[in-house]
Amino acid sequence: MTSTLQSHVIAGMLANDPLLSGEVGLTTLLVVLIKVVVAFVGLLLSVILMVWFERKVIADMQNRFGPNRAGPFGLFQTIADGMKLIFKEDLMPARADPFVFKLAPFLSLIPAFLTFAIVPIAGSFNDGLDGVVTILGQQTFMQVADPQIGILLFLAMSSLAVYGIMLAGWASGSKYPLLGSVRATAQMVSYEAALGLALASVLLIAGSLSTNAIVNGQAGFRWNVWMTGLVPFVIFTIAATAELNRPPFDLVEAEQELVGGFHTEYSSFRFAMFFLAEFLNTVTMSAIIVTLFFGGPSGPTFGLTNWVGVYILPFFWFFLKLLVFLSMFVLFRATLPRFRYDQVMDLGWKLLIPASLGWFLLLVAVRVGSDQGWNLVATVLAAVAGLLAGAFLLILSIRASASKRAAVSLPGEGT
Amino acid sequence: MGYLNGFGVVIKKWIGVKSATGARITTQYPEETRPKPERFHGRHVLNRYEDGMEKCIGCELCAGVCPAKCIYVRGQDNDPENPTSPGERFGFVYEINYLRCIHCDLCVEACPTEAITETKLFEFAFTNRADAIYTKDELLVDDSGHPQQLPWENWSGGFDPAQDSSGWMRATAPSGDADFVGIVAWAGELGYGVRDPQRASIEVESGPVPAGAHHDDAAQDHGEHGDADHADPTEPESTEPESTPATKTPGHFDSAADLPEKKRRFGK
Repeated sequence: MTSTLQSHVIAGMLANDPLLSGEVGLTTLLVVLIKVVVAFVGLLLSVILMVWFERKVIADMQNRFGPNRAGPFGLFQTIADGMKLIFKEDLMPARADPFVFKLAPFLSLIPAFLTFAIVPIAGSFNDGLDGVVTILGQQTFMQVADPQIGILLFLAMSSLAVYGIMLAGWASGSKYPLLGSVRATAQMVSYEAALGLALASVLLIAGSLSTNAIVNGQAGFRWNVWMTGLVPFVIFTIAATAELNRPPFDLVEAEQELVGGFHTEYSSFRFAMFFLAEFLNTVTMSAIIVTLFFGGPSGPTFGLTNWVGVYILPFFWFFLKLLVFLSMFVLFRATLPRFRYDQVMDLGWKLLIPASLGWFLLLVAVRVGSDQGWNLVATVLAAVAGLLAGAFLLILSIRASASKRAAVSLPGEGT
Repeated sequence: MGYLNGFGVVIKKWIGVKSATGARITTQYPEETRPKPERFHGRHVLNRYEDGMEKCIGCELCAGVCPAKCIYVRGQDNDPENPTSPGERFGFVYEINYLRCIHCDLCVEACPTEAITETKLFEFAFTNRADAIYTKDELLVDDSGHPQQLPWENWSGGFDPAQDSSGWMRATAPSGDADFVGIVAWAGELGYGVRDPQRASIEVESGPVPAGAHHDDAAQDHGEHGDADHADPTEPESTEPESTPATKTPGHFDSAADLPEKKRRFGK
């Protein structure tokens, strides 16, 4: 009795997935195993292709060829680089903390893998299918797991990844990695706030944390990108770029200032793990953006309910959307120069966090207004007036503190 | 819209790959090579005279001037019956360690006999430290003045002595033409493909400058006996006469008139 109750509770915590709602048999395990293996291998492959894609595209943008020696169109370049890294000498500084030094790359890599587990990559969301597919006679979703905490797992994992970077810098026993990791930690922690607030707008519209439910709510082009009014998407994208430490927010790895950043002392396979985690995060973050704002794998299936309509077309839509965002990150890298550290912090704390909070409050006002049957226009006007007042006070306080700081001249500084 | 214009430029490059703005500038290196710059510094050679005699006299000036301490020279007296070089002594041991060499060309400047010059060969990646040390046998040109190709050297671009010899010599070198002292000029080497010394491409206001009128730092630092006019390279260096007293005081200008001349040449 207790055991069945426990298993129900555990199953409920783990997933809304119909796969785990009934009896857990051998085929269920097999299906889970297949999904895990496919996701793992697919993710590794996608990283290999992403590195190649980024280098090729950025070469196009800079009038170069990019990798074109290893394999057709240089496709095997990443594999060659990986082989090289594996065969390199594995160094550890004498003053490093051995255990933490070895632990850090895993703390960086594993969350990157885990996050992708909640991303639905296929399954038809039309015709009332709700993304359910049938594998080996078992009904399931096309994602490794669909826990009830859903998108919170993503936030938790991106917070965990900060530990990898922080501990890597700290355990290296060397000054540049330490400075790099301090920067990285400060940056990632600050942008996580903006990221979470932008995400809250989506959750408000979707009414669920489950990624499957979020995607399902967006079927038929009711994409969150316009359902939430574009602002959360823009903020989320900027915050995600900062969270990924990608250009123009890559000052964690600012070579001019910090040598290699937090992974300066890493070499060989441990460095490869950081490198892998970085690109894994890029792919995963693009997938999360697609899931949250662009309806994931949902798209026209032309009434097909066979394997083409359930697997091929949704995956095609998902891949297409993913590609757009991967290209966007490459475009950012090719175009934008790196921010200065104080600029990054200014942008995060003084603009993105207040803006995302304000927009969230506006959406809340609209939501509450529609629930209570208030006049929509009046509600929006009142909310906007309140937010403008808040923005005014914020600007005033920032100016006041800036002028106060300017009044205090530091020793060695001119008046 | 300054930021968005930047995106526009990049996207234009991206989709305009075949257009003029998107033309790729990469040289596909092993298959294609770019012409080497005129004053390129590559690996050294030890030259011979036309009669096959070695030019090196074992004076060790190159080793002395080398800032990377990569040259090791030992001289020995010539066998009077069967001399290796014209004159008293010859370079008995001559080694250059290319793990240290920075290709500054100071050895070439220091050499009183133009025995050591640099070619433009630079593709000589070696896979062990022993190969990195080029011995005299490896550095010495063959009877026709042609450098030797060592097994690990890549000469896929071919070797054209007229192009690949450095041809770069400061007239401050003791063996330079006295007319050109203090003026950058070219000289031939490697025994053939010889070009006459030419005027530098830098404009000189008052035409050819008489010997001793201008003093180069290089002349004072590296060739104290440097301004000898057409010294026979076979003569031992110490027998060369001093040309002007001014060369004895390093870093000193004779007259105020020298100063603007120097500034004009190096200030650009």
